[in-house]
Amino acid sequence: MKRTVALLMENQPGALSRVVGLFSQRGYNIESLIVAATEDSSLSRLTMTTTGDQKVIEQITKQLNKLIDVVKVLDLGESDYVERELLLVKFLHESVNKEVIKELNGEIVFENNELLNIQFVGTSKELDQVLKDLESSNPLEIVRTGASGISSNLKTLTI
Amino acid sequence: MSKEQISGADALMRSLHEEGVDIVFGYPGGAALHIYDAIFNQQHIEHILVRHEQGAVHAADGYARSSGKPGVAIVTSGPGATNAITGLATAFMDSTPVVVISGQVKSNLIGTDSFQETDMIGISRPIVKHSFLVQRAEDIPSIIKKAFHIATTGRPGPVVIDVPKDLTDPEYKFDFDYPKGVDIRSYKPAKEGHSGQIKRAVKLLLEAKKPVIYSGGGVIQDNASSELTKLATLLDFPVTNTLMGLGAYPGTDQKFLGMLGMHGTYEANMAMHNCDLILAVGARFDDRITNNPDKFSLSAKKIHIDIDPASLSKIIDIDVPVVGSAKECLDQIIEELGVQSHKIDHDKLKPWHEEISAWKEAHGLNHKLLDQKPTGGKILPQQVIQSLYKETKGEAFITSDVGQHQMFAAQYYFFDKPRRWINSGGLGTMGFGLPAAMGVQFAFPESDVACVTGEGSIQMCIQELSTCLQYGLPIKIINLNNAALGMVKQWQDMNYGGRHSSSTYEDSLPDFVALAESYGHVGIKVKKHEDLESAMKECFALKDKLVFLDVDVDPNEHVYPMLEAGMSMEDMHLSKEIKTW
Repeated sequence: MKRTVALLMENQPGALSRVVGLFSQRGYNIESLIVAATEDSSLSRLTMTTTGDQKVIEQITKQLNKLIDVVKVLDLGESDYVERELLLVKFLHESVNKEVIKELNGEIVFENNELLNIQFVGTSKELDQVLKDLESSNPLEIVRTGASGISSNLKTLTI
Repeated sequence: MSKEQISGADALMRSLHEEGVDIVFGYPGGAALHIYDAIFNQQHIEHILVRHEQGAVHAADGYARSSGKPGVAIVTSGPGATNAITGLATAFMDSTPVVVISGQVKSNLIGTDSFQETDMIGISRPIVKHSFLVQRAEDIPSIIKKAFHIATTGRPGPVVIDVPKDLTDPEYKFDFDYPKGVDIRSYKPAKEGHSGQIKRAVKLLLEAKKPVIYSGGGVIQDNASSELTKLATLLDFPVTNTLMGLGAYPGTDQKFLGMLGMHGTYEANMAMHNCDLILAVGARFDDRITNNPDKFSLSAKKIHIDIDPASLSKIIDIDVPVVGSAKECLDQIIEELGVQSHKIDHDKLKPWHEEISAWKEAHGLNHKLLDQKPTGGKILPQQVIQSLYKETKGEAFITSDVGQHQMFAAQYYFFDKPRRWINSGGLGTMGFGLPAAMGVQFAFPESDVACVTGEGSIQMCIQELSTCLQYGLPIKIINLNNAALGMVKQWQDMNYGGRHSSSTYEDSLPDFVALAESYGHVGIKVKKHEDLESAMKECFALKDKLVFLDVDVDPNEHVYPMLEAGMSMEDMHLSKEIKTW
């Protein structure tokens, strides 16, 4: 089962390595990881997707909470939430059909005579599908950010 | 009033003094020289020079475990730091409050592969509760304050403070001001248990017909022994202790079942398997207890009190989890039972107590071995422990190393008081016993301190005999010498067709008596059963001397009971011939 866990941690050296280290140390999977400073510069927000049954996810959140640098943890999968990921794909001009890009809600973010960079935003699942649909257009390069998420209720991950 | 200006090194020592530290264990080196000069220039804190950094951390750990106060070690960068790692991992696995201060190369050299540079924060990360890399000299006092707070509260654990050399430079001075309090927004350990959970727990306790209290190191760490004893007495519940929990409940009490788990007593393991309620306190259902978790005590309801939420339902599903300190939660339960005291019914536990007594009679440990002349001629290792127990009247601090001798000590020495049994339960660190005993002896200079060890383990930190000489530590080393790595050999006997792969070294052992004497200590060799008790007496009569009592024991003796891997807690080998399944 895929789950998205978000957390706030102290924005200081070493904090991220403790979080990432915890996963390898305890044998948990990280499918994707995304981290950036928040509006409060003393905090970073990290979102990760991981896999495991309910018991594993519970252990992951508890172990994360134990890290001194971790301020707050939210298992987004506990309630409704919005998940978005950014996908950037590079194509040669001649290999891509702009109509198809449009149908897939892609946005051209760079274009010259030779190539196109196209941006897609969606859930990770949607982006998986987009990549499948684009397979025949022979993308030159694909980059995904990993999913970020925000809960769809009044439960906020703030301090 | 203007504040006093001092250097980072002096601030470090002043901060330790502010934390009530009066002893540190360590070993100097380049990156720590400013700190060592500051140690020289102050009077409050005694520095104990060990012979290897592993010994420093184990000694600090032994000091912490026996006294309940945090232990402190100081090491230099690079190899000093890496040598401290085994000590840190040992403290981490057993959740003991140890603060390790490591020198680091100068800030501007970090990351340049400079002389004696190692990434201490990185290397120690998975085996510390937390760590700090000091970035400004002015931060030293607040970091020390936080480090001690983190190490000693919640589920205790080791904390590393890595200090680059330039930040202890005596030429750079700043205003020293030790913080009064500490507030870490991301760290607020629970104390009291949730009142609803306490009520649910009490309901189960009152309903139980076949209950067991299973308590671990957390009860000792939290100084909750008297609460545990009070609760067990109030409810008339039998109690079993983990290896880490021995002494939390009086070992000589009628209701005590002995240790449980891998080498636990028959009655403790049978009670755990057949009970209808487990009250687990400050224990963590680890693999040495549960055996196969899928077959663990299937008919029992489980209440689990632990300060660490991550310990709850980690391995075994818990019916009533309670997050909180052992002391507070036990107090809450006792208080709630006071309200509902009319529901306490000792009579309904009678059949259960009878069942347990029958188990004890059938296959309990033989605690009267000492007077029996061993049939094989060789002294049994268990007899040595019984002799030690008799001679010290059960009052000594006992440290141990790891292996058969550790299990024999745990099984045959009854600990009536907490913090008397000091061993590496979680990590299983050979070499722990002697340096840990040094820490204990410094904490309790007037008490008998014995290190029960084997000829394998003792050689892993034997260099500390020199430290013992320097500081006049009258530790008694009880060496159960079976001329083999006994526990390894036992497994090889049981599971590898008796092929003793790299577990023997009979022809290359040192003469331990001569070795002890070369360090200025006393060595006594015991080969015959009839000499054992007089040698033990002589050993403890030499009040001011370290005595190395080297006892030749039966090399063929195995530790029993022993759980059969992959099965339940009632599936035990009881001897070489008898098994329960």
